[in-house]
Amino acid sequence: MHQNILRFSNRRYLFVAVGVLLLSVVLYLSQAGGAQPPNGGTWQGYVLGTIGALLIVWLSLLGVRKRRYSSSLGTVQGWTSAHVYLGAALLVVATLHCAAQFGWNVHTLAYVLMAGVILSGFYGIYVYLHYPGRIAGNRLNQPRQAWLNELADVDEEALSAAADCGADVQSMVASAIELSRYGGGFFAQLSGKDYSMVHLPQAEGGGKPLPNVEQQEVIKRLAKRIPRSNKRSEAAALDELLTLFSRRQTILRLLRNDIRMQGLVKVWLFFHVPLTVALLAALLVHILSVFIYW
Amino acid sequence: MDKRFHIAVIGSGPAGLSAAGRAAQYDQETAQSEPTHVLLEGFNTHAKTIFRYQKGKHVMAEPGFLTLRSPMQFEAGKREQILDSWAESLQALNINIAYNSEVARISGEKGDFRIALQNGSEVLAENVVLAIGFQGNPRRLGVEGDAESDFVMYQLDDPEEFKSETIVVVGAGDAAIENALGLSAHNLVYIVNRKAEFSRAKEGNLNAVLAAINDKKKSFYCKYETTVAGLELPAQAGATGAIILNTPEGEERIECHRIIARLGAIPPRSFVESCGVEFPNEKPDAIPDLDRHYESNVPGLYIIGALGGYPLIKQAMNQGHDVVEFIRGNEIKPADYPLLQKQFRLLPYAMDAEDVLDLYQKRVPMFRRMNALSFRELIIESNIMISLDGADYDEAARERDAALSEEGGKLTKLIKAGEYIYRDGEYSNSFYTLVEGTASVQLARGSEPQDLKAGQFFGEMSLISGRPRSGDAIAGSDCILIETPRRIMVKLMNSNDDVREGIDRVFIMRALQSAFSPSMSSEELGQLAAEVELKTFKAGELLYEQGSEGGYLDLIRSGTVVLVQQSHGTELVLSQLQSGDLVGQMALMGTPVRQDSAKAAVRVETIRLNKDQFLRLVGGEPQIIDSLQDSASALLTQSRAMASYPEGGRAINFLMGEGLGEATNALIIDEDLCVGCDNCEKACAETHAGISRLNRASGASYAGIHVPVSCRHCEHPHCMKDCPADAIHRSSGGEVFIDQSCIGCGNCETNCPYDVIKLSYEAPKKPGLLSWLFFGAGFGPGEPNNFEPDPQAKEKGKKAVKCDACMDQPAGPACVRACPTGAAVRLGPDQFGELVAGR
Ligand SMILES: Cc1cc2nc3c(=O)[nH]c(=O)nc-3n(C[C@H](O)[C@H](O)[C@H](O)COP(=O)(O)OP(=O)(O)OC[C@H]3O[C@@H](n4cnc5c(N)ncnc54)[C@H](O)[C@@H]3O)c2cc1C
Ligand code: HEM
Ligand code: SF4
Ligand code: SF4
Repeated sequence: MHQNILRFSNRRYLFVAVGVLLLSVVLYLSQAGGAQPPNGGTWQGYVLGTIGALLIVWLSLLGVRKRRYSSSLGTVQGWTSAHVYLGAALLVVATLHCAAQFGWNVHTLAYVLMAGVILSGFYGIYVYLHYPGRIAGNRLNQPRQAWLNELADVDEEALSAAADCGADVQSMVASAIELSRYGGGFFAQLSGKDYSMVHLPQAEGGGKPLPNVEQQEVIKRLAKRIPRSNKRSEAAALDELLTLFSRRQTILRLLRNDIRMQGLVKVWLFFHVPLTVALLAALLVHILSVFIYW
Repeated sequence: MDKRFHIAVIGSGPAGLSAAGRAAQYDQETAQSEPTHVLLEGFNTHAKTIFRYQKGKHVMAEPGFLTLRSPMQFEAGKREQILDSWAESLQALNINIAYNSEVARISGEKGDFRIALQNGSEVLAENVVLAIGFQGNPRRLGVEGDAESDFVMYQLDDPEEFKSETIVVVGAGDAAIENALGLSAHNLVYIVNRKAEFSRAKEGNLNAVLAAINDKKKSFYCKYETTVAGLELPAQAGATGAIILNTPEGEERIECHRIIARLGAIPPRSFVESCGVEFPNEKPDAIPDLDRHYESNVPGLYIIGALGGYPLIKQAMNQGHDVVEFIRGNEIKPADYPLLQKQFRLLPYAMDAEDVLDLYQKRVPMFRRMNALSFRELIIESNIMISLDGADYDEAARERDAALSEEGGKLTKLIKAGEYIYRDGEYSNSFYTLVEGTASVQLARGSEPQDLKAGQFFGEMSLISGRPRSGDAIAGSDCILIETPRRIMVKLMNSNDDVREGIDRVFIMRALQSAFSPSMSSEELGQLAAEVELKTFKAGELLYEQGSEGGYLDLIRSGTVVLVQQSHGTELVLSQLQSGDLVGQMALMGTPVRQDSAKAAVRVETIRLNKDQFLRLVGGEPQIIDSLQDSASALLTQSRAMASYPEGGRAINFLMGEGLGEATNALIIDEDLCVGCDNCEKACAETHAGISRLNRASGASYAGIHVPVSCRHCEHPHCMKDCPADAIHRSSGGEVFIDQSCIGCGNCETNCPYDVIKLSYEAPKKPGLLSWLFFGAGFGPGEPNNFEPDPQAKEKGKKAVKCDACMDQPAGPACVRACPTGAAVRLGPDQFGELVAGR
């Protein structure tokens, strides 16, 4: 019922890709004993080059098919499955085409760009296969929005519990909530590092905001304070705050993990697609220059 | 003595206004010095129901094919325009309207009715037209001074209207809670609850109101176990008044600016009954019996509009016009007469349409005792189908094609003799009644076709179970059929006991026939069918419990049942059964002690057979018992297989908890594959006018199975229930969809338990993919976030949007086809076993 990209349709496109590979190897080997050493200029080289170029164009068309939502030309999953296998085969086809002759020129540039696209693709298929399950496991059967809602509720409860404590606790809680961080910029999202801070009142040795990684700074201070509190109502409120901050710690960690993993699943496309565009340009130049200068 | 009016119209909604307008026209024509009519309205302005629509609502004039027949104007437009134009007509026609005249009681008889008003006065009339709609009046506080005013309000349109006031909200239902919470943003709010808890509220509202009450910083207080003892009205407008409360601690006075009482509405039924009008049964949606002149069983008392079962404005207005004609003895043809004519046009009769109508009603035993008006509605809403051969067919087909350009109404449907009326596996659920000729119908999948004759009917299986057809139906030559949509049949079965019993009887006979294929005569089978019990179970109820002694088995009519077993402290799901399946037969064949419990996953209806009835049915016939035993063994094997994956069983439980037991086609996402790219949503929006009908991220998950918020195309779609415009249909492929005639009333949105319908303006047009890609024009693929509708879209108003399972997409569901990872699939319940296997 549910099949992943590689298993799609009993790995039909794996066999197609293997077929393409065999054909390419046969073509390559048939150059042996010819007038020229194997390279892009023999007729076999031309055929391999044409296969490679057509593959590149077709692989790029995935971006178009993906957005032709009424298309009846196969499913996007089918396309992606073929894309992955044939994309991998392309690496071999292209290497055989140029017979691994590299230099400082536009031809090698095209090859390098292609290798870049393909390598990012390998990373992509890796994350596509391994991360969704981890993301779901981390979210504990709730959508991200539900966690955000719970965090908002917990924050509100913490503020109102703090209202029963001294001004210093109030300001610590308010600032810890305000300076709690999840997500953020590109690197913050992908590293999942906790940049939360807390700004303590002057009397507590504050001044500059302190790091509040995993809410530990606040939890530590609350825990220190509870046994020393002399008003019973305050002790109860502090107790509640301690529970609430542990909960915040859990939710914030979960959200950071969620954002990090979702980010990893997406970020590679920011390389894959622009490199594809660059590759198409380089490919054009490569082909034109071959026809004009050779 | 007071003057006696010829006609008193009660209620100034569209129906009542139109009736009073027609009566006023007659008064003008005959130059009466004094009006002979009166229009009594309980509210302080006309047409309260329309007045209560939200401001600026676009009112639609469905059904489009019906022409308006009324002295008042009505065409699609803004609420305000319509109310204004009616106000003008009230003036121009010189209608004798009395506001604030709520009618409390009607007594007397034709020629001498006494109409007692709430305010104590009395009106006399020869004829009474009841047009009080279906909304009912709000339940009042029941203390002095509780009439609707600026101080005591029974409705709140916009909580933002009031700021910095003290407001007391009375009531504990959802409306009261939502109002109180809305007001609490800017006001000091008390909520008065008669009970010690909020037991009637929806979960979300319950949590919100408790949070607000417990929030020490909010000026939001609750008075539990408190009733209203009295009111002190403000001395002048704008001043504060007070409410006196009976609290458990004694009397308490709260000074306040305003009281908002949300105590629910009193359905009009008991008032109508108190006038002597009879209802056919106790069902809440029953409508009174009326004849074709809209006259009730009380002579001289007429009922029109929504109360008479016609829920649209135009219909109500036409009836208002016609009823006055009937009272004056004018036998006019109703406005829908041309529709009837057109429906009968291709039939080989020279009779008048009204006579054909009479003839058909007499032909079908089940319909004979229906009232003429309901039968007429049944025919108007149905298709008349005729099967023809050879030259006759060709001639009729030419006539049909010539009529294609005609507007309005439905033409007789043509079918070639020998063609399929429906086929096995198809998702149609209309109901067919033969009025002439024969049809050859398979009553169960693979069974011998039977020839049915005039007066008989078929198609009741799918009607009741909501499942696809089992078996084909083929038209004989020269047969004439009434094809009635499910919605109309359901309404009829709810309001007419004869029809319900007639259909149930035949359903049971045919169901027993196909489940057991007994060799008894049809008389004996009919006898047995009359004896067996029909049972209904709410979701979660048990058909029987593990460990009990079982003396009966159930044959499922509709819904899904799961078999669960308690074993060493864990609950295992053994299997999941649907309509046509037997439940609990083991107790009659193997050991009498139940080895498992049978639980209704959704609302379930069954036919229950006791041991004696079962034995009569299978008699001494070893081959029946053999085949039953074989299927019982197969079930046992399957159950064991399921029980060996306890996690799979829990996943089935989860799916049932999500209501998927009544799904026919649901979107399920495998969380182990989904990368969250939302391409499924984008595909949905792109193929459906820019608005996605699914919300991938929300919805529940369990064991890697995610059920996004998206239509499941229920067996018995809840959304279809109260659609006034009849805009929701099911196609033969099973897709439940909304057509263009939606009036945006929001009933389906409320009725869908799965929150999958939303009301939306049309989304702005988008540029082509390439101009977005290369020039950044407009929005990219997917639904634009928070789009601002353009003025034309606003003019058209919001309409309900939901998934149609891509019935118009040649390639199939766009969401599934667009998913790059294979995470999204669409399934029916019969595939759930496979879905959870090995999880
Ligand atoms: C939100 C919403 C949107 C809708 N949109 C549309 C639409 O776009 N197009 C459409 O065609 N239909 C629409 N409808 C349906 C339409 O409103 C009703 O079909 C129509 O109002 C029925 O008319 P009526 O005259 O039978 O009753 P009503 O309009 O309900 O009028 C009944 C009148 O009787 C009065 N009354 C009640 N009891 C008493 C009493 N005891 N004594 C004296 N007076 C009394 C009431 O105050 C009221 O004025 C909509 C309904 C709703 C709820
Ligand atoms: C030169 C070779 C390749 C080219 C030109 C290419 C190009 C593309 C393009 C244009 C897209 C569409 C992205 C979008 O529109 O969102 C895409 C997606 C993708 N590519 Fe490639 N690709 C190549 C090789 C590969 C390889 C070798 C792999 C894996 C082994 C791969 C895996 C993927 C995957 C998994 C997607 C994502 C599909 C989706 O989410 O819709 N690609 N590629
Ligand atoms: S809209 Fe709701 S009630 Fe209607 S078929 Fe879909 S899920 Fe069922
Ligand atoms: S298209 Fe597939 S992978 Fe993308 S969000 Fe939808 S279900 Fe998940």
